[in-house]
Amino acid sequence: MMMCKEATRLMSLKQDRPLRFQERLSLRLHLSMCGACRECNRQFALLHKAGQHKSPASDDTDEARSDS
Amino acid sequence: MTQDASEAHHRRLTEVRPRLVSFALMHLRDLSRAEDAVQEALAAALEKDGSFAGRSGYETWVFGILKYKILDAMRAQKRQGTWQPLEDEGDDEAIERQFQQNGRWQKDARPSSWGEPEAAFENEHFWRVFDACMIALPDSAARVFSLRELMGLSTEDICRELGIKENNCWVILHRARLRLRACIEKGWLKETAS
Repeated sequence: MMMCKEATRLMSLKQDRPLRFQERLSLRLHLSMCGACRECNRQFALLHKAGQHKSPASDDTDEARSDS
Repeated sequence: MTQDASEAHHRRLTEVRPRLVSFALMHLRDLSRAEDAVQEALAAALEKDGSFAGRSGYETWVFGILKYKILDAMRAQKRQGTWQPLEDEGDDEAIERQFQQNGRWQKDARPSSWGEPEAAFENEHFWRVFDACMIALPDSAARVFSLRELMGLSTEDICRELGIKENNCWVILHRARLRLRACIEKGWLKETAS
């Protein structure tokens, strides 16, 4: 079983590149059981959006992200 | 430029300048360098098309120019040795404090809900805390995070720009996000609740 610290590594990675199948699966499983990590996942997503708010336009296409 | 256009330009500049400086500061970590980069971007914008100044889309356009100026300035900082990208800033401790030895969250570090993003973004206090937490990040963590999340570069581009390995980039970003979330939660949520 993956622990929270490792799960946060995948949550962060997910903001930067698409996760591999295995990574996505382990993260999804962990998130389904851990409320604190679900919050952390939302916080990382919010940090990303906050970054975009800092300038009026962003070239970021969000293709590296997926909702897992 | 007619007088009207000139006034509109001036008004727009007054509005947008602080945002430009704050944006540049997150990347360059030095106020005078940030102001120089903004000055250069505004001068370049005026030179390219002074009549654009009062029109919509101006801000987006100037930010686009500023991004190039920031990258130039960052290269200059590297060349002059005023900044070295560090792969390890020894900030493990700040991260370790959030987790128990078995990899679970420490009780007092467990993330709480920040509510809807849009509500946070409309809250001035959120931005004050966000900016303060960005400034408090270790140097390389702040720059890599800014390039990724503020400028929107890919980690591949960031690594090429900074001369670090992509794997290191991901490690730096993971730590930066954990640090930021802890800092923001402490400064924003706790104060809002009290």
